Amino acid sequence: MPGSSRPPESPPPESRPPPEGGEPPSGIGVDQWVEQSDERREGHRGFTAPARRAFDNLKPGWRLAIVAAAAATVPYLVQPGGVRIAIGILILAMLALGLNVVVGWAGLLDLGYVAFFGFGAYFYAIVASEQLPAHWPTWVALPIIVFFSGALGVLLSLASRRLVGDYLAILTLFFSLIFVEIVRNFQRLPFVSEDLNLTGGPNGIPGVDPWSFFGFEINTFNRHYYLLLVLLVLLIVALHNLNGSRTGRAWRALRDDVLAAEHMTIPVNNLILLAFATGAAIAGFTGTIFAAVTVGVFPTSFTLVFLITIYAAVILGGAGSIPGVLLGALAIGYLPELLRSPRLAGWLFYFGLLVALVVLLKPWQRLVAVIGGVVVFGYAVRFIAEAVWPEATTGTAAEGLISGFLDGWVLILGEHAEIITNIAFVAAIAGALAVTVVKGWWQVAVLIPTIYLGILVWENRLVFQPSLTRQLLFGALLVIMMAVRPQGLLGKKRVEIT
Amino acid sequence: MEFFLQQTLNGLTLGSVYALLAIGYSMVYGILKLLNFAHGEVYMFGAFAGYGVLTLLGGPASPVVPVWLLLILMFLGAVVVSSAIGVGMERFAYRPLRKSSRIAPLISAIGVSFFLQASALYLFTAGFRTYDTPKLIDISTGIPVGPIRVWLVRVLVIVGTAVLMVVLTLWVNRSRTGKAVRAVSFDREAAEMMGVNVNHVIVVTFLIGSALAGIAGVMTALVFGRIFHFMGFIAGLKAFTAAVVGGIGSIPGAMLGGLLIGMAEAYTTGYISSTFQNLIVFGLLIVVLLIKPTGLLGKPQLVKV
Repeated sequence: MPGSSRPPESPPPESRPPPEGGEPPSGIGVDQWVEQSDERREGHRGFTAPARRAFDNLKPGWRLAIVAAAAATVPYLVQPGGVRIAIGILILAMLALGLNVVVGWAGLLDLGYVAFFGFGAYFYAIVASEQLPAHWPTWVALPIIVFFSGALGVLLSLASRRLVGDYLAILTLFFSLIFVEIVRNFQRLPFVSEDLNLTGGPNGIPGVDPWSFFGFEINTFNRHYYLLLVLLVLLIVALHNLNGSRTGRAWRALRDDVLAAEHMTIPVNNLILLAFATGAAIAGFTGTIFAAVTVGVFPTSFTLVFLITIYAAVILGGAGSIPGVLLGALAIGYLPELLRSPRLAGWLFYFGLLVALVVLLKPWQRLVAVIGGVVVFGYAVRFIAEAVWPEATTGTAAEGLISGFLDGWVLILGEHAEIITNIAFVAAIAGALAVTVVKGWWQVAVLIPTIYLGILVWENRLVFQPSLTRQLLFGALLVIMMAVRPQGLLGKKRVEIT
Repeated sequence: MEFFLQQTLNGLTLGSVYALLAIGYSMVYGILKLLNFAHGEVYMFGAFAGYGVLTLLGGPASPVVPVWLLLILMFLGAVVVSSAIGVGMERFAYRPLRKSSRIAPLISAIGVSFFLQASALYLFTAGFRTYDTPKLIDISTGIPVGPIRVWLVRVLVIVGTAVLMVVLTLWVNRSRTGKAVRAVSFDREAAEMMGVNVNHVIVVTFLIGSALAGIAGVMTALVFGRIFHFMGFIAGLKAFTAAVVGGIGSIPGAMLGGLLIGMAEAYTTGYISSTFQNLIVFGLLIVVLLIKPTGLLGKPQLVKV
């Protein structure tokens, strides 16, 4: 796997022994090479250590080959529906890699990225469907679309050349918004005649041609999957080489300190243009595949929500690291699918809760106290509720997990369920926030009712509303991630010099 | 003429609400250099808090207290809920990130926004609710202005906003805390060295911004009626546009920007078509930014080495 200048699997900071003198392991004054090799030696412990160490010591190309070979077996292991999900993940991975060039390497906050994706998708849909009607051969359409996507990136970048910092983010954000507005209202725009309906308005463009090369049509899930896998591998190799090249190093210099880079005679303006163009070209290219895979394009696919999803993948995995971004795309692409089935989501919920507790509560006595406390608390609440207000406990068993096999432990509310779970929800959030503030055994005291309330809310309400739960968890994940590990899972901590 | 007046009135009402919201964006940006994308959600919760008070006190058809008291209580409820959310957001989502890179708080703000929106969907469920203000305050009451009659609620919104802005301007320019706010937004480190309690200033900023957002939420709901869990997104976006057009970080700029965006939206809807309302507003922002990169009243950022 690429990224030879940085270890692909840096261990989470907790597992590393605290360095001498309490100095942070990374920072100014610590030689980068020493730091990396130390990380490699000390990094892996436990059963899987030898295998992981061997994996780290492989050449990047071999690592990529192993991962790609594993990915190639996916269509044989999962149901057809699973392949569709895998295709979605691969598309997200390609987009995240493209965004990584702009955000992770060049350090430009480009919130217009999703518009380039939409531009590519719409361009392909227009030239390869009954909309015009035109049916360009794929090998003609692709280079043209990629070229124009990149050119659009250069244009946006040129227009925003005078803007620094947040204003760049703002301008590009509005570029995304305007793109969706234009696409949605195209034939009603001024100077556009009623007959010219390029984008199909809110209905989008249905019936887009599949990719085909000289008679070979890529029209099944499996073909799409392997096509995307090959393209992704090529993209990874290209980006890996780009990262190690002069341009890649210049981008990183630019990201760390624009002024210093300029003083080192790095052509800052040209590099910004190049970064935007590269990102835009990758996004536009991915857009053509997206249009072909989904057999249609609709304005709702290119809204801010999807932009945030791509950003989440990049940030979660660690901006700047190719393996990190791939991992982030896998996690962000797959988690929502897991949450779709209530039973699976239940397992995930309780497993996640348990892992979080085990990691966060350090002396084991505290862990035992919390888990025992929650169980006792649950029975106590049930006892009191049955004595005081039996009508409220008569709900039918939920599909949630605990109420399935630990019947009667958690209350399944009947009467006034909505208002009670609403209060429990707010109380659980307040409790969770309070846990981060209080110290010592108070933490245990707050954790016990908080966890109980969380489970109550989960079993009574959330398990039936997967899309809501997804959004809730997604939001919380972003906030927690930023607070705990802002550099992402595999990213490297950067020291901000002010 | 009548139509023009009507649209101007619409623009003023909309602009007032946007201006109140934009102040929150602008103040927070001025102090923390943070684009608080969750601000629209604070506004949405304010509108729902007002609705909660209204429902608790008997609903619009048969309120148990006099109407003026009911309105005050609704605004008060919105202010309390919104400020609590705003201050909590600062304490738990943004404060841990003070020293991290610029992108981290931005992502965190997006996360908070998602979380609050989903929470609202959970608490209030999907679907529209309405304040049903005409039952509360008769639609025929109002002040005649030329050929049209301005509904009392609109008068309340416009005059209320004007009063709030005057008070805020006086507070920022005259009071001790206001001075501290200006000092921190000018140079946080220097202010800290001069003995300004920066944490306190930041909390006060979030408090004021969120309270104004809550008030704006109730005002919108009073005039335009419908509230729903997604209302914060588009209003937040418009107000954000207003803040940027006016020059983000500048309070008078936010007021000006709010009115400008409100007017632009009203005239577009009235004279062209409501389809272009967003396009015109967003286009206006891009044009302003391209001509004057720091907004109308914004000061250019100096880069110090």
